[in-house]
Parts: sequence; structure tokens; C-alpha cells
Amino acid sequence: MTELLLELKGITVKFGGFKALDDLDLILKAGELRAVIGPNGAGKTTFLDVITGKVRPDEGDVLFKGKSILKQREHRIARLGIGRKFQSPRVFEKLSVFDNLALAAAWPKKPMPLLLESTKRAETERINQLMSIVNLQTKSNVLAGSLSHGQKQWLEISMLVAQKPDLLLVDEPVAGLTDEETDLTADLLKSLAGENTVLVIDHDMDFIRRLNSPISVLHQGHVLCEGDMKTIQTDRRVIEVYLGQPEQEIL
Amino acid sequence: MELILESLFNSVAIGSVLLVAALGLAIVFGLMGVINLAHGELMMVGAYSTYVTQLIFKLPILKPFYDIYVLIAIIIAFIVSGTVGILLERTVIRRLYGSPLETLLATWGVSLILQQFVRSVPLAYATGCVITIFISLLFSTVIPQNLLQGNRRKLIKTGALGTSAAAGVLTASALASLVSKLSRASSRNVDVTAPPWMRGGVDVLGMTFPKTRLLIIVITIISVVAVSIFLNKSVWGVRIRAVTQNRDMSECLGISTESVDVITFGIGSGLAGVAGVAVSLLGSVGPNVGGNYIVGCFMVVVLGGVGNLLGTVIASFSIGLMTDLIGAGRLLTIWPNMPQPLASTVDFFSTTSMARVMIFALIVGFLQYRPAGLFPQKGRMVES
Amino acid sequence: MNNSRILKRRLSLILWVVIIAALVSAPAILPVFRLNLLGRYLSLAIVALGVDLIWGFTGLLSLGQGIFFALGGYCAAMYLQLNSAGEFPNRIPEFFGLYGVKQLPFFWEPFHSPFFTLIAIWLIPAVIAALLGFLVFRNRIKGVYFSILTQAALLVFFNLFNGQQKLINGTNGLKTDVTFLFGQLVGSESVQRWLFWITALLVILAWSFSSWIVRGRFGNVLIGIRDDESRIRFTGYNPTLFKTIIFAIAGGLAGISGALYTVQSGIVSPQFMTVPFSIEMVIWVAVGGRGTLIGAILGAVVINYAKSLVSEALPASWMFIQGGLFILVVTALPQGVLGWIQGNGPRNLLSRLGISRYTATYPKLDIDQSQEIEL
Repeated sequence: MTELLLELKGITVKFGGFKALDDLDLILKAGELRAVIGPNGAGKTTFLDVITGKVRPDEGDVLFKGKSILKQREHRIARLGIGRKFQSPRVFEKLSVFDNLALAAAWPKKPMPLLLESTKRAETERINQLMSIVNLQTKSNVLAGSLSHGQKQWLEISMLVAQKPDLLLVDEPVAGLTDEETDLTADLLKSLAGENTVLVIDHDMDFIRRLNSPISVLHQGHVLCEGDMKTIQTDRRVIEVYLGQPEQEIL
Repeated sequence: MELILESLFNSVAIGSVLLVAALGLAIVFGLMGVINLAHGELMMVGAYSTYVTQLIFKLPILKPFYDIYVLIAIIIAFIVSGTVGILLERTVIRRLYGSPLETLLATWGVSLILQQFVRSVPLAYATGCVITIFISLLFSTVIPQNLLQGNRRKLIKTGALGTSAAAGVLTASALASLVSKLSRASSRNVDVTAPPWMRGGVDVLGMTFPKTRLLIIVITIISVVAVSIFLNKSVWGVRIRAVTQNRDMSECLGISTESVDVITFGIGSGLAGVAGVAVSLLGSVGPNVGGNYIVGCFMVVVLGGVGNLLGTVIASFSIGLMTDLIGAGRLLTIWPNMPQPLASTVDFFSTTSMARVMIFALIVGFLQYRPAGLFPQKGRMVES
Repeated sequence: MNNSRILKRRLSLILWVVIIAALVSAPAILPVFRLNLLGRYLSLAIVALGVDLIWGFTGLLSLGQGIFFALGGYCAAMYLQLNSAGEFPNRIPEFFGLYGVKQLPFFWEPFHSPFFTLIAIWLIPAVIAALLGFLVFRNRIKGVYFSILTQAALLVFFNLFNGQQKLINGTNGLKTDVTFLFGQLVGSESVQRWLFWITALLVILAWSFSSWIVRGRFGNVLIGIRDDESRIRFTGYNPTLFKTIIFAIAGGLAGISGALYTVQSGIVSPQFMTVPFSIEMVIWVAVGGRGTLIGAILGAVVINYAKSLVSEALPASWMFIQGGLFILVVTALPQGVLGWIQGNGPRNLLSRLGISRYTATYPKLDIDQSQEIEL
């Protein structure tokens, strides 16, 4: 369980003159649950874009299970076992909840099998199971577009799980959720770790605390510090970044 | 040497027609995200305005000024096409911001209507319509707001509308009685003849350059310079760019996005009118004249990259150059001893229509390397 | 939900009964001239199905379907011309003589074979569509850029065919009504009657094929591409592949459609590849209802029939009507007539006019109950 799943080495991404990511290093072990926090503009989303192949870094390398995935296209990376949940829930609104999950669960993801075969029994069972975990079993035939915001978030998370990835990248899963839903989401993500590796990005501190996991703090495109909640909260650099530099020190 | 000069001149001439035609399209597409398939028809409107201006200047009173009618036609065409464009923006396009495919279909409908309009409505009455719209648009900007708030509002509005309608009817009937050619509907092509001083050519280094072509090049240069000054230096230019980048934020900052939409689309359409003048000098003018240019214009925009004036300029001239090189079979003149299979291929493509085939293939090939054109926009927001 | 689904099913059942009844009775009722027109419009319904597949379901607005339509037509016409060229000099089609061509161009040769022709009619357009599509989709050129490029491609093919007198009779096109099929004149009444039946059958086949494609998971991927392409990509699907396939299928359908249209109208010419005709195909689908296959069929047939009726009565007014239709359908009826009916449009209109009808008080409750029963 201690093998390295994901390794980012010296990633730099430039947009024009602006460095969105600056010499970023990060290591994830298999089975780990990791939270990434950081102020706005710290490069959190760009960092996910690099891992999932949406953005090519100007420098550095990304290793997944020991192999570089820099040259791969997005759908290849997804098939290798990296799943991503987007910041605002992105589900297929014109498809039913079941069809959404069936698309994520389908394997192989090639045109001919999709055309000739229907959803396999094992997949259907899995989908039903997932729907009951996230409390959507009564909505199986409802169009995803008519779900509430929280239900969409959960649908997207369960789609991610249905994809059976080794690494789950979860971008702000609790934005816009009620406290109760937030807690349930935290428990859900915690239960996923171990079997899967989960990386969560958020800035809801209560939620992060509830995850009870190692935290990496991102600032200006690189990792500022890593550690558990306590270490982070007492780290001076982190306090500076979040609260601004204490005035007496400038003087 | 002569050969290169001639080829260069031809390329610039072809390129500048393309450029002046594509300029308005590039603005409307690049800044507003609107695919205006009626752009060609706005050019047609500009070309017909030139024709009407020419006929008016043949009237006895204006005869002494006949020589400068082309220059005045440029301004008139800008206003006329701009007016039609603003009407189009106010009625149809404003409902469709943010969905380019829908604008594409709707403006195609508009282009059909415009084509049939010039076929079935006598030009005198068409002129009357444009004048009515123009004056009522003018009223809506000129009348002070406080006059529009009291209980006289309805009266003033009706009065303004009535005045503009009366002006339109008067112009229409005056034109119809004075110029017989304008009083009948006709779907036949008409010809714009250049005033005497513009006929013939200018001799440089033993070569003759047609004056009309030179005039078009000058018109193009002036349009491009004016547009770039307007967009980069004027207050409205800043506002337009602001609205392009973030409509909601601009609104919060107190920019009237509606006026910006009207002005941007009006200028884009007006430039189509100017292009129409250029086109009317090159050949006969008919209801379908715009359709011949529209696809070429879009190729310029795609090749140049969206929202980039320099890209549009370079793309037009490179397409012009390619058209001349391939279409006129220049490669064979430059390299007469070309091996046989290659020579016959070059020969096969050396007509204007086959050159188009070749250029399209080259553009698609080019897009394999630079999918977003010569000058792509960069940044995080581009794809989403 | 359940109610509206039953309503939908009933609606489409009624539609089908009407359509089939109309098809069966048409040859008995209509004079040959009208029957032939109906046959032509039915063949246009097949290309409309293709447009619906790529635009309504996948979100790719192609303005170049005329290319594939014309290619199918040319394939059919080349076979028919060769088949009836026996008595002409050099045993090649007559028009070659006008340009002093004595040798049949090489690409005509395979069209001596009827089997090759039957395959070529859909395969050649499909392959060209796949190639063109692949080059465009590979670079993630989409949306309006795709539309513009397909339109440019259309113009290119038009120029290519229009300028080649010696190869394909250029702007004059290839006539088929004076050629022979099984010893009968293609333009004759009996052959035209047969062609009507074949067309009607093929429309139904094409419809079943299209609905088979969109019904299952493949169709769901297409809808996913339409609504959120990058999400589909991160789910592990390769949109380029799916788009290329569906574009090729639409191209093949266009080819079949073009061939049927050609043999019923008696000629194929570069006019099939003009810009307006290809955009018209889009309006048939848009008016009928994009994303509903029956809408595409009905749109193609009804609009074209209306066009021929209006043009006979008031020739100048059709352009105005058509232009108005484009604007109307985009601004007021984005889902087309069928989509409007399915989306409770009539009821909304009635209630807007003040005639309200029964509405469920707790529609949500209704949904949940029905779903639980299903589980």
C-alpha cells in the first residue's frame, strides 16, 4: 500500500507572463486521502488540469504508477484510472441519473461495444448500489438536470466512483451544500480512501478538518507546506498567506 | 522584376478586397461572438447604395459634383448598411447573444429576406425605408431623456415616428419620380460606373495599375487604420473591449452594454457597406453579390484567429497571395522547367475556382498545426 | 413524468399511423407529378435524419451536407449513364463527345458494376465525411468553426465539380431521366412509382437505423458530447472518434438520400452543392424539432411540400417565408414544432391566453411514487 501512485516533479505552467504553477512538487501514495487547500489564485484548478491532461505544463513531469502521462490525451488519462470531479457540478443534464452513471461505468469505452451491447448486469448492480449510497435510488429515471445542487454534486461524485479510478480528484465537492450534506460528503470521501486514492481540493476548513487527512497548502503555484491540520494551523507562512503579513514585521 | 511586381500588386488587390470585406465580420465575430451570415447581404446593401448615389448624382442639380460621388457613396454606404445592421441587432441578434450557432441560422434567414427585398422592392422605396429607420434611430438617441419621462412621452414618440415615416415617404416618392430606374423592382444586375478620373490606370515602372484597384487599396488601409484607432484609443473602444471580456462586470461598472452592442454591430455592418462600395467598383451588382464573398471572409477570420486585427490583415493578404500564385499559374512562369507531373498539377489548379479548392486544402492543413489560427487567444478561459 | 411519457408514446403512435397511412394511400390518390414530388421530399427526409443525428443529438452543425448528398447522386447517375451508353461513340456517355473526350476517365470504370454502385452510394460519402470530420475534430475545432469549415468545404466541392467539364460534365450535371434501368426509361411513370416505394421503404429503414443508434448508450455519449464535451473526455471517452463515426453515418445517409433524389428528379448537378441548399436542410430539422427523429422527417417533407405549393402560387414570397422561418424557429421555437408540443407548448400557450387546464398540484410527489413502483 505504500507504493507511489502519483508524482508531480517541478511542474511549471505559464499563461502569458503569469506563472499559474511554479516548480510544484507533490507525491501521493496509493490509498491515501489528501486535502489540498490554498487561497484563490493559488493554482488549485490548474494543478488538476495538469494531472488530467487538460493543460500541458511548460516544465516538469507527471508520473502516474511510475509512468509519465504528460504526452497522453485526456480520455487516455481517464482510462488509465484518474477520475475528476469538476468545481461546479457537471453532469449530463439531459440524461437520466441512471444513464449518467451508466456512461461512467461502461467498459470498454469504445463505440462498437456501446452500440451493440447494453449495460451489463454487474454494472447495473453497481450503479444501483452507488445510487443507494448517495440516496438517489428513487431518482433513477429522473433527468439529471432536474436534481438539486447537492444531488448533482453527489451524482457527480458517484459517477466518479463508477468509473473505478485508482485516483479520484475532487474539486470543491461541498461548495453550495448544506452542513448536513457537507458532513455526509466528507464521510463518503473518507470511506472511499484506502481502496482508492483520493485528492480533495476545497477551502471549507470545517470540511477539511472532518476529512482528518494530511493537507498540502498551495500558494502562488507551489506547495507551501504539508502536514496535518495542527501543523498547518500553526505554520507561520500559512498564517501569513491567509491572514496577511502582521504589520509589525514589515516595520 | 516586373513579374514579381505584378504578382505582388495582384495579391495586394485581392487581399485588400478580402480584408475590407472581412474586417466588419471579424469585429462582429471576434468582439460579439456573432456569426453574421447576412454580412454578405450588408455588403450588397452597400453596393446598391453606391448605385443609388451614382444615379442621384446624375441628376442635373448634382451633376457638377458627379466626379466625387464615389467618395460620398462610401459615407452613405457606411450609414445605410450600419442602419440596416442596427435594425437587425435590435430586432433579432440581441435575443441570441451567447449562442453563435443560433445567430448563424437567424442571420441566414435575414440574408434571404434582404436578397428577396432588393428583388421585389423598387430601390426608391427601399431608400425610403432606410431613411425612416435611420431617422427614427436618430430620434431615439437625440431626444433628451427627461422629455421621454412625462406624460407627453407617447406624443413625442408618435411624433418622432411620424416625422421619420414622412421623411421616408417623401424621399421615396421624390426618388421614384426623379429617377425612373429606381421606381421599378428588378432582379437584374446593375452596373456602377466609375467617374472619369477613376478610369484607366497609373503607370509605374512600365506597368499599369488600374485606378479602381488602387482606390480599393486606399479604402482598405483607411478602414483598417480607423478601426484600430477606434478600438485601441477611443473611449468606446475600451468599453467595447471591456464588454467583450466580461459583460456582467462591465454592466456593474456602469457601461451601457446595450449601446456597446449597437455601436459594435453598427460599425461592423457599416464596414460591410464600405466593402460593398469596393465590390461595386469591381463588377456588376446583384442580389447575390454578397454571397460570393462571405465564405472567403470567414476563411480569413478562421485563419487569422478570432478577435485579432493583425491576424485578419495577415490572413487576407496571404490568401490574396495564394490566390494569385495558384490561380494565375504563376509557379509555372517562375519555374518553367518544372517536372511534368508537377507541372500538370499546377496547371490543373490554375483557375480561380480551382485555386479556391487548393487554398481550402491548405487552410485545413494549416489548422492541423495551429487549430486556433495564426494568433490564438491564450489563457485559462479559452476552452471552456 | 409518467403521464407525459404515455402522452409522448401516444403522440408518436398517432404520428406513425398517419405517416404510414399517407404513404400507402399516396400512390392511389396523388397524380404522378405530385407523387414524384412526394418521393423526392421523402428522399430529402433521409438527409434530414443525418443532419438531426449530427446536429440535434451531437451538436455539430454541418453546413456541408450537400457535398455528401451530391456525391451519392453522382454515384447513381454515373452508373445509369454508363448503363445506357452502349449506342454512343466509344461506348461512353454522350456528353464526353462534346468535349472531345474519347477515353473514359479512370474513376468512372468501377461504376459499370451495379453492386459497386449500390455500395459506393453510401460508402464514398461516408468515407469522405469521416476523413474531413477526423481532420477537423482531431484539433477540437467545434461549434461555429466547424460550421464555417464545412461550408467552405461545400464551396470547394462545388468548384471542383462545377469546373470539370471533361471529367463529370461540370456545371451541366449528369442526367438520369433519359437513361435506362432494367430496360426501362428511368424517367418513365412505372419506374418512378417503383422508386417512390423504394424511397418510402428506405426512409423507414433509415429512421429505424437512426433511432437504434441514438437509443442506447452510444446515443447517450452523443448527447454527452453535445452538452459537455470535456466532461465526456474526462469520463474516458474519445469524442473525436464518436464524432467522426456519427459524421460518417450522416454522410452515408446523405449519399443515399442524394441518390434517391437524383433518380427521381432526373438530374444531378453541382447545384446540389450550393450553400443555400445545405443550410435549408438544417431548417427542416430545426422546424420539425431537433433531437426528434420524426421531427426531422416531417420537417423535410412538410417544408418542401409547402415550398413547392407556395412557389407555384407566389414565386417571390417563398424567400421571405423561408427567411422568416429561420428567424422564428431560432428566436421563438428553439426546439422545433415537435419539441414544442412535447414540452407542453400548446398547454402553455392556452394558459397564456387565459384558458388554463388542470395541472397537478404536487408534480414532484407524482414522480417519486411512480419511480418507487418501478423499482
